[in-house]
Amino acid sequence: MFSYTVRRLLGAIPTLLILIGLAFVLIRAAPGGPFDTERSLQPEIEANLSAAYHLDEPLYQQFGRYLWGLLRFDFGPSFQYRDYTVTELIAAGFPVSLTLGACALVVALLVGVTAGSVAALRQNSFVDHGVMAVSMTGISIPNFVMAPLLVLVFAVYLRWLPAGGLGEGNLVLPVIALALPQIAYLSRLTRGSMIEVLRSNFVRTARAQGLPTWQVVVKHAMKPALLPVVSYLGPATAHIITGSVVIEQIFGRPGLGRYFVTGALNRDYTLVMGIVVFYGVLIILFNFLVDLAYAWLDPKVRYR
Amino acid sequence: MSAAAASVAPQTAGRSLWADAWTKLKRNRAAMVSAWIIGAMAVFVVVGPYFSRYTFDFTDFASTSIGPSWSTGHFFGTDTLGRDLFVRTLYGGRISLMVGIVATAVSLLIGVTYGAVAGYFGGRVDNVMMRIVDILYALPFMFFVILLMVFFGRNIVLIFVAIGAINWLDMARIVRGQTLSLKHREFVEAAQAQGVGAAAIIRRHIVPNLLGIVAVYVTLTIPQVILVESFLSFLGLGVQEPMTSWGALVNDGSREIESAQWMLIFPAAFLATTLFCFNFLGDGLRDALDPKDR
Repeated sequence: MFSYTVRRLLGAIPTLLILIGLAFVLIRAAPGGPFDTERSLQPEIEANLSAAYHLDEPLYQQFGRYLWGLLRFDFGPSFQYRDYTVTELIAAGFPVSLTLGACALVVALLVGVTAGSVAALRQNSFVDHGVMAVSMTGISIPNFVMAPLLVLVFAVYLRWLPAGGLGEGNLVLPVIALALPQIAYLSRLTRGSMIEVLRSNFVRTARAQGLPTWQVVVKHAMKPALLPVVSYLGPATAHIITGSVVIEQIFGRPGLGRYFVTGALNRDYTLVMGIVVFYGVLIILFNFLVDLAYAWLDPKVRYR
Repeated sequence: MSAAAASVAPQTAGRSLWADAWTKLKRNRAAMVSAWIIGAMAVFVVVGPYFSRYTFDFTDFASTSIGPSWSTGHFFGTDTLGRDLFVRTLYGGRISLMVGIVATAVSLLIGVTYGAVAGYFGGRVDNVMMRIVDILYALPFMFFVILLMVFFGRNIVLIFVAIGAINWLDMARIVRGQTLSLKHREFVEAAQAQGVGAAAIIRRHIVPNLLGIVAVYVTLTIPQVILVESFLSFLGLGVQEPMTSWGALVNDGSREIESAQWMLIFPAAFLATTLFCFNFLGDGLRDALDPKDR
């Protein structure tokens, strides 16, 4: 298990370097600089600005400087919000995004796995077809369509919940909108693997011993049936992070996704790159944890 | 019930894989209905605008944000600039469907070539190539596409290529897996024994045998691609005004949600229906063509 952990950890390093390198090259290759404004600056001022932000150095030196900064959690200064460093902006936006994303992931897991298991237990019944139809709808309706529809129904017509802002109860609609597609995927995934597991010999044995169904499912079938769900957690996190960009936009939550979009539109190089790198590292780290969990659950993987 | 009855067919002549799949697909009512709706949708977005007396970019400040009605000729109402939403929804559909087809073709080209090469050569080549795919999998690609759109302008060709270029990973993995099992089959060995080159074997013997599984994933990639495009358009990074796409229309609609619900509902319904049908058709095709079921 230890050598497996070390191997996976080392394997993540090239991914990280490629991520940072790609973001770096892409942003530097972009036409237009961060100080392009309506009125043109005097060349001396522009040169001074470039020097202050180290934009006049050769690219490899800038890249090295950036990498060295990253090692100390220093994402550099923001080009647009002159008084803040990118690290400060990320620290301000991330808790908002984390609350939203974590709630959505937990809700998606609870609802998706439960619905999928119930559908598998009643395969081809009315309940099963119902769950699968709802899940197909959830996959087909993108969250940026679902979010305004939810607002229309629950905030405009029924007036049960607020449409946006940061107060109490305002998390409900964004979390639902963000979680729905993942609920749909997870329930399909759980249903498929649960059906397979329920047909296996050890489940038949457990049933033959007279255990009640819920015990068979919870104690015996659940663990192997959840393996594909665990391996889907990595992509699910990536989907939720991507989705949060639009969801934060729609519900007006000042999270990282909004910083990203405004930063991209303002050509705030360091902010945009900081967020891409930050989220990239987060996804890679999460994938690593998922791999560990998977290896722990399924011994077949560990010794390969 | 009817499905069970239809399956009792005489089995005298041998049936090809495709004929077999077609019979299976025809029995899947949801998939067939979906296919018909997609066809109808494609015809509708091309022909529909000719039945309206408005053009997609005609702004009429005398009739802004009016609801759907037959008498004014604004079947779906108008937007905040007085543009006819019926025509705009159909134009948006043209863009969305076109993106779906072209970007999927791009991802198909890259994915099949990459996967077939990795699978056919195997060994170290395969290891390196698939390791690259693994690394790319871990990157938050949506963010890179957003960057591309922001920095290099919003031209439609770039949208096609960028979206196609991020969606080939799944295709490459599936194609590689199939190729691995195909390359030890007799007909490939026969071709090798006759001295046929690797490129020719991949083109003539491997790729044609992948078509079934590829067809399934093409159908499932199209809705994903349409989704990515509308995601970008929703953020205002897709096609440029006055051209539009379903994502952009949904974005406009979501801003006027308190006053002009039709601006959200019509484009949202078109987008959701299309995605729904492609997903159903893809599922049906998978059931019909997936070798796992045989």
